[in-house]
Amino acid sequence: MGIETAGAAAVPRRSQRRFKQVREVIDALRHGTRRNTRRLAAKREVKQLSDWKDQVEVMVHHGKISVPYSWTVGSTLSKWYVLMRDKGEIWANRCPSCGKVYVPPKIKCNDCYKDMNDWVKLPGTGILESYTVVHYSEPVIQPQEPPIIYGLVKMDGADTAMVHLMGEVEPEQLMVGMRVEAVMSEEREANIFDIRYFRPSAGGEA
Amino acid sequence: MGKRVGIIGVGQTHHAAKRLDASGVELIAEAVTRALDDAQLTIKDIDAVVIGNMDHFENINYVDMWAADGLGSCMKPVFKVTTGGTTGTTVGACGYYHAASGLFDVVMAVGWEKNSESDTQAAISTCANPTLERDSFAGAIGPLATEYSMYMKAYGATEEDAARVAARDRNNACNNPFAHIRQHVTVEEVLASPMLSYPIKFLDMCPRSDGACAVIFAVEEKAKRLCPRPAWVHCSVVRHDYTHFGDLEWTWMPTLERATAEAYRLAGIHDPLKELDVCELYLPASTCGVKWMDSCWFCEKGGAPELIRKGTFEMDGELPINPSGGVISCNPIGATALIRVGEAAWQIMGRAGDRQVEGAKKAMATGFGGCSWSDVFILGADLP
Ligand SMILES: [Zn+2]
Repeated sequence: MGIETAGAAAVPRRSQRRFKQVREVIDALRHGTRRNTRRLAAKREVKQLSDWKDQVEVMVHHGKISVPYSWTVGSTLSKWYVLMRDKGEIWANRCPSCGKVYVPPKIKCNDCYKDMNDWVKLPGTGILESYTVVHYSEPVIQPQEPPIIYGLVKMDGADTAMVHLMGEVEPEQLMVGMRVEAVMSEEREANIFDIRYFRPSAGGEA
Repeated sequence: MGKRVGIIGVGQTHHAAKRLDASGVELIAEAVTRALDDAQLTIKDIDAVVIGNMDHFENINYVDMWAADGLGSCMKPVFKVTTGGTTGTTVGACGYYHAASGLFDVVMAVGWEKNSESDTQAAISTCANPTLERDSFAGAIGPLATEYSMYMKAYGATEEDAARVAARDRNNACNNPFAHIRQHVTVEEVLASPMLSYPIKFLDMCPRSDGACAVIFAVEEKAKRLCPRPAWVHCSVVRHDYTHFGDLEWTWMPTLERATAEAYRLAGIHDPLKELDVCELYLPASTCGVKWMDSCWFCEKGGAPELIRKGTFEMDGELPINPSGGVISCNPIGATALIRVGEAAWQIMGRAGDRQVEGAKKAMATGFGGCSWSDVFILGADLP
């Protein structure tokens, strides 16, 4: 449409005629009619197509498929969760090749692709590497009402940090680098909330 | 024409209805570790990784990220490809294309599925147009039943012909330690099993499985150095279409017909029944093992029942099909088609154990998915 008006006003008559032919071909192609269809037929087709779309009552179809999912935790993480549930302890695993200690545990070392058969118990203390205070509400994914504090905790004895919630602390008391400790839940069910949250611990800033 | 490429290693999990001991990532790690062992490589030898599974089956986005430790893909180029049932052959095709391009020497293709984690029939129905065909033609069994029904009417094929295919594949699976279902059955038992959707009965249909498969492709110079007997890729052909179910050709399989025709042309095969030594075909139901034989050019249209009644595709027949037990014995969907490629490669490499077809020098593997898509690999003991 834009091409048509701008072009028609600016170009000489012979070019205008040529332009009209080109436009008709484009219109015909756009609406699925063949190049060799007679011009009149093409015009009639275009008119009909533009008419019917204005008068359609548009529908929305509501699906019924709702797939329930359940995830096999796997041997590696099952071991980790069961140790938390039964003993209230946080463990990590260590690469036999490069010695890197992962928490949560890994199936294979990222760097060496070795089986992770060395398990080490962590003291449950560490430092807060970073954090944020979440104010928005996403009921489907959040475990509790906001505000929620997401923390990135590097535990003593591990080479990787793990993410969890911070508790027993006001947002303004938080400091990057502060020492924190895991608080285990009273009733544990072998999932990530067997660690209730991390809280500031004695020793202050690392 | 790209560089010449050989398969130098194959690994697969022990498949089962529910692998409670292993998460999806652990299944992937099991297959990858076994493929590396098979090729006698370490993860450092792998230059690029291709992975795929079915959308919606595990509610996992970004398997290429989430499975990185099991996949061994940290700090490597990794690509996710997903094309429904053909995913396995498509990740295989992408592995091959990457190596054939000359840009990567050794490429690992991985397919996996944890079917036990959701409702397979509901998830698979999301492949159909949601506003038109999902409610009225849902699931995988009904459409396959409809197509065989038409084939029966057109050519006089019978339920018993399909049952013969079911018994063949299920009995072959007893020779495959990796197969999910390993159970001897008779033709009569297949015919007597519960009707799912006429004419497909319970023992005609594939199961849903947990499992993974990894196949390692290497460019010619590397393959020759690393492997005593690579399975050389003679061609990889992909033919997909999109239609509404009602637009499909129901008495033969156009995508399979086109894909195999192109594959035979590329591989220089004129009489596939004579020139191929073994096939691993993605047959989601035994009925496909009748009807689709026409579309593989093993016979004229309608000729398949006669070949099946003659035992042409049995282990001791002219062209053994599915020594592994095929898809009706084992079906971790995103891995299923790659298992066909891996099993065909093992046949060429002479590593197929109790299911080995002696002296197999040329093998065909196929993938099936979508409605109705076909991928074809032809592998050979000799350089293409
Ligand atoms: Zn390591």
